[in-house]
Amino acid sequence: MKRDLTCIICPRGCSLHVEGEGKALTVSGNACPRGIQYAVDECTDPRRTITSTVRVSNRENCMVSVKTADPIPKAAIFEVMACIRQLQVEAPLKIGDLILDDVYGTQIIATKAVE
Amino acid sequence: MIYDVLIAGAGVIGAMAARELSRYQLSVCLLEKENDVACGASKANSGIIHGGFDPEPDTRKAKLNVEGIDLLYEAAEQLHVPYKRNGSMVCAFGAEEEPAIHALYERGLVNGVKGLEILSGEEARQLEPNLSSEITKVLHAPTAGIICPYELTIAAVGNAMDNGVELKRNFEITAIKAQDEGFVVCSSQGEQVQGRYFLNCCGCYADHIAELVDDAFYQIIPRAGEYLLLDKNEGQRVSHTIFQVPSKEGKGILVTPTVDGNLLCGPTAQKVEAPEHTETTAVGLAAVQRLAAKSVPSVNFRQVITSFSGIRSSEKGGDFIIEASQKVKNFVHVAAIDSPGLSSCVAVARQAVEELRNCGLQLEEKGQWIAEREDPHCFRKMTDEEKDAFIKANPTYGKIICRCECVSEGEIREAIRRNPPAWDLDGVKRRTRSGMGRCQGGFCSPYVMKLIAEERGISMEQVTKNGLGSEPLLKKL
Amino acid sequence: MLKHDIVIIGGGPAGMAAAVAAYDNGVHDVVILDREEELGGILRQCIHNGFGLHKLGQELTGPEYAAVYKERVLERGIKVYSETMVTAVTEDKIVSARNRDGILKIQAKAVILAMGCRERSRGALNTPGSRPAGVYSAGTAQKLINCEGYMVGKRVLILGSGDIGLIMARRLSLEGAKVEAVCEIMPYSGGLTRNIVQCLEDYNIPLYLNTTVVEIHGQKRVEAVTIAQVDEQRRVIEGSQRRIDCDTLLLSVGLIPENELTREAGIAIDPITNGAVVDENCQSSVEGIFACGNVLQVHDLVDYVSDEAERAGMGAAAYVKGEQQTSSLIKTKAGRGVRYVLPQRVHTDQGAVSLFLRVTEPFGKVRFSVTSGDEVLSTALRLKAAPGEMEKLIIPAEKLAAIRDEIIVSLEEC
Repeated sequence: MKRDLTCIICPRGCSLHVEGEGKALTVSGNACPRGIQYAVDECTDPRRTITSTVRVSNRENCMVSVKTADPIPKAAIFEVMACIRQLQVEAPLKIGDLILDDVYGTQIIATKAVE
Repeated sequence: MIYDVLIAGAGVIGAMAARELSRYQLSVCLLEKENDVACGASKANSGIIHGGFDPEPDTRKAKLNVEGIDLLYEAAEQLHVPYKRNGSMVCAFGAEEEPAIHALYERGLVNGVKGLEILSGEEARQLEPNLSSEITKVLHAPTAGIICPYELTIAAVGNAMDNGVELKRNFEITAIKAQDEGFVVCSSQGEQVQGRYFLNCCGCYADHIAELVDDAFYQIIPRAGEYLLLDKNEGQRVSHTIFQVPSKEGKGILVTPTVDGNLLCGPTAQKVEAPEHTETTAVGLAAVQRLAAKSVPSVNFRQVITSFSGIRSSEKGGDFIIEASQKVKNFVHVAAIDSPGLSSCVAVARQAVEELRNCGLQLEEKGQWIAEREDPHCFRKMTDEEKDAFIKANPTYGKIICRCECVSEGEIREAIRRNPPAWDLDGVKRRTRSGMGRCQGGFCSPYVMKLIAEERGISMEQVTKNGLGSEPLLKKL
Repeated sequence: MLKHDIVIIGGGPAGMAAAVAAYDNGVHDVVILDREEELGGILRQCIHNGFGLHKLGQELTGPEYAAVYKERVLERGIKVYSETMVTAVTEDKIVSARNRDGILKIQAKAVILAMGCRERSRGALNTPGSRPAGVYSAGTAQKLINCEGYMVGKRVLILGSGDIGLIMARRLSLEGAKVEAVCEIMPYSGGLTRNIVQCLEDYNIPLYLNTTVVEIHGQKRVEAVTIAQVDEQRRVIEGSQRRIDCDTLLLSVGLIPENELTREAGIAIDPITNGAVVDENCQSSVEGIFACGNVLQVHDLVDYVSDEAERAGMGAAAYVKGEQQTSSLIKTKAGRGVRYVLPQRVHTDQGAVSLFLRVTEPFGKVRFSVTSGDEVLSTALRLKAAPGEMEKLIIPAEKLAAIRDEIIVSLEEC
């Protein structure tokens, strides 16, 4: 397998070249070790962090921003979004507060404080 | 109830007619098909108070333009609508165009225009240094001025309402039944109103309305004109309104400051199939830019903040139509009010009222007619000390919503409350200038939507830009 | 009249970082005037992640990044006037503002401008057509969706491939809208490459380069737009027009520093950056008035905004304490392949200086060189360079001390 990727770990956006089979991959073009990890993950188990918002039910016109605490499988993005869209939470909330547990092995957490 | 007078069309003419009629002991209802007043020709035009040298002598246009200027200035004072007698200049480029300047001057004298003078190119550039060096002769009309057409319309309707006139919006007239005792008027929404007299002030739709009573003896030719509006940085480029020698299509492309301090260039003159066609075109906007630069080469078009197209209602005969129907009793037509319609609006409205009187309408003055409308901009005109005291009593005036034009929450709330109340985003914009600045509502529109929703007791999704079907928001997440 | 040592205009990432830096450098009488209810500026609506990798060593969302700095401001007891709009700044450093309590006038010893930027509007683009509802600048749509919780459209076309446009393409897709395409008039994207990958490619959204919107259709609400390809001079190629049905047009066509107050204060403005002309401490042409963040130059990363704001905060603190630079100022200049260089002038006796710049167009491998007369002050190699990504070059102190001629930054392809 040969694949050209753009690393999305940092804004630098290195152009990566991946060769090999299965988990035995060689990566070139990376400026740092995180690029290798990204390339291997992207070829074997691509994942993304999802950010969205959830309505705060006990505040008027109030949304709290949320994210997945860890990246989730790319293929599950819309499934996770569907879960998030079902949610409502109650203030007060702190950054990092758990909104929903056990979503593809991770959690949905608040990224904004609501008093 | 049966109203004494039904006025169709809340443009500047309908508005001024409503205000004139509100002086008398009459019940008056103003019918408007849009979600706000001033949504047709009065929404977007050059905003010029013409000197009066342009119309052919012995026409209604000539008479009412010259008569109308002082009446308009007086009304603007009473209604607290900002205006400026900045004077106008008509420019000739070379010997070929100079005879036209002299002809306009002569015509102006016949029409009774005061203060006209012919200047050489050099003399004109003394007064207006950014004029093109190609300009060789200029007709200077010091009585000409500038005013904001929609602000004038809103203020006149507001004042008429303060004096008891009723305004019905979203009332698109689909049928008019003439009966012995007047008219039954039906809307597309299935509403009905009745009135004894009918005044048709429907601008570009006046002939459609005339057709409904089978009296369409004229045909309106809607003509679109495209404009470019520039940032206040460019507002000092000229102080006079700069015209070019007129052509068959109109008064040519003008360059003028606006009362708000922006620079306005335009309009083109394009016949359009229907009055709804107010799209701008790449060709039209390029023409505006090219021709404006001919008069004032230094205009910086990188400072354009918006472009728009306005509509005007021309007619074959070329003159204003202000007359009682020959066919239908108690029905008065006010149609084909294109330029100088704004300059003449008060005079036109008075003439229309006169026609109604000739039809038999009794005009008895009210005991207490309110001539003045409270200044909507009084807060802006205050000194810092006065503002400070005012904010301490009214804290919402301390919260700025529109940062480009410095419009406060208090001013926006007031625009949604006072006559005629703003119902939508464009309505707030026209009344307060919120969203009219360089960011064009990018920052303030979410806040303005909230204020409209709150004041009107509707949800955010129900807030519109300019009436049903123009909701910016789709649904709650 | 109130008196404060340092008045900071704007409570976004630049204003907050400047306040903290000024405080930490010994000037404690620092106030922030912010027009919003809550500190954080535009970061509050940037709910996506990717912030803080460089500055805080972790990947955060916008609200989280803002919260870090808000905490730092509050724990220092720095006074914040919220919902306060500054209406004027004078050369004498009198700041006039307005809030619900009335009119405020403050005599400052130093002022830091941190007002941020605004989006270019449809009006400025002069796009022909009708004027229906459903035309948004990308940031306005972002605020409505992320802060107010309202969806703005179902079928969306995005004009401009700046980062906000790309981020919004993903956000709208996640919320169920169909993003028809992103059109970019230039032959390259204005956004970060990573955003093309994770915002467009991940969601199969096409990016049409050399393409623009030539007409907007629809009376009350957008019904469609006409797009067309353009040639090298950005003129429409006849026959390439194509109508795309959509109910929403999002514009991400550039950011403009909000320098109205700056101009009125008589501060010199760089016509390329549209921000103040500054030295290495972000001091403008008016002594004691500093500028940082997007009001100075439009940044692509908030981390660099914070860095810049810290320099402004330190500079303002030094100014208030009377520790001013005395050396002469040397001008900097953009040479071949470079669109602008900031700061526009530097002192030579203040140690190493960082220069920030953008290139004129995308390049492959390039070598940047910083020269003064015949002297090469520094060079740097990059595997690629694009206008969307700000570059930073450092001139070492010892090189700087000796120069007399203007500093030129240029690049060579290699």
